[in-house]
Amino acid sequence: MTLLLVALAIMLAGGVLALASVSSSRLATAFGVLGALAGSAIGLVPVVQVLTAGTTIALHLPWNVPYGSFAVTLDPLSALFVLPILVLTALAAVYGAPYLLAHAEHRTLGPAWFFYNLLTASMVLVAIAANGVLFLVAWEVMSLSSFFLVTFDDEKASVREAGWTYLVATHLGTAFLLVLFVVLGRQAGTLDFDAIATQGVLPGTANLCFLLALIGFGTKAGFIPLHVWLPEAHPAAPSHVSAVMSGVMIKTGIYGLVRTLTFLGTPAYWWAWLLIAVGLTSGILGIVMALAQKDLKRLLAYSSVENIGIIGLGLGAGLLGLNEGQPAVAVLGFAGALFHVVNHAIFKGMLFLGAGAVLNATGTGEINKQGGLMKRMPWEATAFLIGAVSICGLPPFNGFAGEFLIYLSTFNEELARTMDVAVPALAVIAGLALIGGLALACFTKAFGIIFLGEPRSDSAASAQPAPALMRGPMIVLAILCPLVGMMSPLLIPALASAVQVIGGPNVRLAASQLSGATSVLTSVVVTTSILIGLVIALALLRRMLLANRSVRASETWGCGYVRPTVRMQYTGTSFSQPLTDWFQPIVQGTKTEPVIAEYFPQGAALAVKPREVWRERLYAPLFTGFGVCLGKLRWLQHGRAQLYVLYIALTMLFLLIWYLGISA
Amino acid sequence: MSMVHLLLALVGAPFLLGVINRTKAVLAGRVGQPLLQGYFDLWKLLHKGAVYSRTTTWIFRAGPIVGLAAVLTALVLLPLGNAPALLAFPGDLVLLAYLLGLARFFTVAAALDTGSSFEGMGASREAFFSALAEPALLLGLATLVRETGQLSLSAVYANLTAGVWANGGLSLTLVSVALVVLLLAENCRIPVDDPNTHLELTMIHEVMVLDHGGPDFAFILYAAALKLWLFSALLVGIVVPVRSGVFIVDTAVAILGLLATAVLVGLVESMMARLRLVRVPQLLVGATALAALALVLEKQGGLP
Repeated sequence: MTLLLVALAIMLAGGVLALASVSSSRLATAFGVLGALAGSAIGLVPVVQVLTAGTTIALHLPWNVPYGSFAVTLDPLSALFVLPILVLTALAAVYGAPYLLAHAEHRTLGPAWFFYNLLTASMVLVAIAANGVLFLVAWEVMSLSSFFLVTFDDEKASVREAGWTYLVATHLGTAFLLVLFVVLGRQAGTLDFDAIATQGVLPGTANLCFLLALIGFGTKAGFIPLHVWLPEAHPAAPSHVSAVMSGVMIKTGIYGLVRTLTFLGTPAYWWAWLLIAVGLTSGILGIVMALAQKDLKRLLAYSSVENIGIIGLGLGAGLLGLNEGQPAVAVLGFAGALFHVVNHAIFKGMLFLGAGAVLNATGTGEINKQGGLMKRMPWEATAFLIGAVSICGLPPFNGFAGEFLIYLSTFNEELARTMDVAVPALAVIAGLALIGGLALACFTKAFGIIFLGEPRSDSAASAQPAPALMRGPMIVLAILCPLVGMMSPLLIPALASAVQVIGGPNVRLAASQLSGATSVLTSVVVTTSILIGLVIALALLRRMLLANRSVRASETWGCGYVRPTVRMQYTGTSFSQPLTDWFQPIVQGTKTEPVIAEYFPQGAALAVKPREVWRERLYAPLFTGFGVCLGKLRWLQHGRAQLYVLYIALTMLFLLIWYLGISA
Repeated sequence: MSMVHLLLALVGAPFLLGVINRTKAVLAGRVGQPLLQGYFDLWKLLHKGAVYSRTTTWIFRAGPIVGLAAVLTALVLLPLGNAPALLAFPGDLVLLAYLLGLARFFTVAAALDTGSSFEGMGASREAFFSALAEPALLLGLATLVRETGQLSLSAVYANLTAGVWANGGLSLTLVSVALVVLLLAENCRIPVDDPNTHLELTMIHEVMVLDHGGPDFAFILYAAALKLWLFSALLVGIVVPVRSGVFIVDTAVAILGLLATAVLVGLVESMMARLRLVRVPQLLVGATALAALALVLEKQGGLP
């Protein structure tokens, strides 16, 4: 445990040194990156140790704060969340070095690296905190440091706006967490997680706690309808920060939800239903909104909402199993969800770094202005392809293994006994299948329109590949995707120990339940090896066939058009048009169509804009209404100091009477 | 034993296409193509050279290869009636569905690689329709899993006896109907897509592969034939519950079933016109609804 704390201290030291080097941005970057790398490398040692051995290490120090203690526990569940945090932040730091240095002329980079390392350290602390006060402090530091990172480009009004949205949303979520911890603490008399877990919670309180946790942690995770900050904040942040936020920061919300579940004992039936419903909504609505987006980073942000939905589906299946007393279902569901947490960190981080490379190369993130970048940036494009195939959950990459475990949990025949469980299981299967199909449409759009075909603008035509320090982390993550996929049977023991923590006494011997999963995943790996072998064999066959024949180059067949132009290609919007039109009730985009009246029209324009439905239809009226109501109290603020002093005196009088009245 | 029907699939898949075309010709009063025309086409294409567009990258060259490899791997997981597949493990039906998805991803990517509006059109429609078809396939297979209580496709199909039909006939009928719709949709048959049209505006699968030629196109045609065999085998395994245990009898019955499916497809193609493209999503959602209903109706003891 001391090793992990030393790692955090090194990260913070690197950040502080970066802050101190005001004169040179290069020095600040060096300190920041080295602090991040060294901290992650050292921190990985205890994490891997805990995951492989299944042990728990804890440290408890007193702290001079009411109800607070510096209690940190690294059990397998925390370790499973800390692992992607350390790995992704280290890789993103290396990527961010040249990315931010390009901005170095007009701002100092010290604060950026300070807040980056502070974000990493606070995320790790959130995952290992074992006391409510420490948890909330770390949560708040995480939110604030990410706010400062999101508003890095604060000369742009859109970035400032996004920052404010993010700040308000995360604090509204934290308010619910405060209430949650108050409720838990009042029940147990202390805010130490061990004590709360052993003492247990009354059923009525448990229901309330589950709801509070779902809303509070769900805001950070990005469940619909609490997700409105995600598509604003992730595109506004610099790309390496977006990768970290989407890859690991939203997972701290999932961690909080799962940790709260460990306090609440056997779940009620409606918890599973609610979580599956939320997961289904987030998954389907998230990916449909992603399809409608024209900016690559917004598309990826909505896709994060979709993947959080998939994790929600897995957690819901697990809760269903716990409620029914079916450990096999519960274990597979939770294992699938946790595996998806790790997998999503890898490929979403990879995709955001790729989006940053595209932004860097062409100066714009708009999908419809790209094209043909595969020829200009082959490494980045191939890495993006691997990320895109992984996120669709296709074999042989890692996305498939996580979703496969969730499918396996729902196929269990125990879930066919009554309608009560058959319908949620049906919802999970149908939901996962539909989400997978829509994700395929979304990411063929993202990959195909940006990297394939002909460049649709001059900036795309003159794109340059990214510098080596940006390419390196992308390649590492791209190698991790198939590696984790092929090695998935070996990772089952680590998942089993984490699932054991969630299930607690209800799930005896999670490891033995998951041993069946190991052999199944091994068969999957064998089959995908056959696939890879066939690909290689067919490629060799074709090379043999074409060896002595003519292989010419020509133009794309245009059915006899003599003057094909680049504008004749499909754009991203036209590619997703059948889907977005069919899902119009969800997308509610606006389309301004041209009205062509004359016989020889000179020109016309069509504009398609997606709409932020939840933000415009739910939150904006809510907040505006709230503002109007509070505006009625404006008469209290008249500006006369004497009356303000009277307010203070009256309040103190009231408090005195109340305090004396209670103590009497 | 499993190798035999894998070899049957590899050799016999283009013959199914020939049967479909001959059925359509007979119903239209023509003589039609030879039954072995599929093999002649493959032979011709494998002996040609290739022309690649300057716009394309290695994705275009990889599309047909990954497509064929994925379908071949799916065939390794496919049982034929009583005979088990070469590889069987719990949950292999999910892998089968997602392997077809992998083939689709690379076909769509290869189509977008050409930078032509024709391929983009096909890719866009294919992405939409296949997204709607995915739930139907997985729900249908999940119903079979529940019906037989087995988790692996080979075990599921080996246990689909007449007794199971007696018990849960309604669910199985609904799944069969959904599978018929899926067969027509995924293999670009009327009413979803017309394999004989020459108008790009009406194509889906044909136009995605417009720019391929030579050995690449041979791979694509062969993969399409294998996919037809795959879906037909899935359908025949349900509809023809003959599990005598004698290998020759079971295989002969399965092959007859496949030929009957091909004739059925030919009949449907001759008697129906293509649906308007806006109606295709409704058809696919209908198939999904049927499969969902089948899954819900399937409980221990059949109907409530």
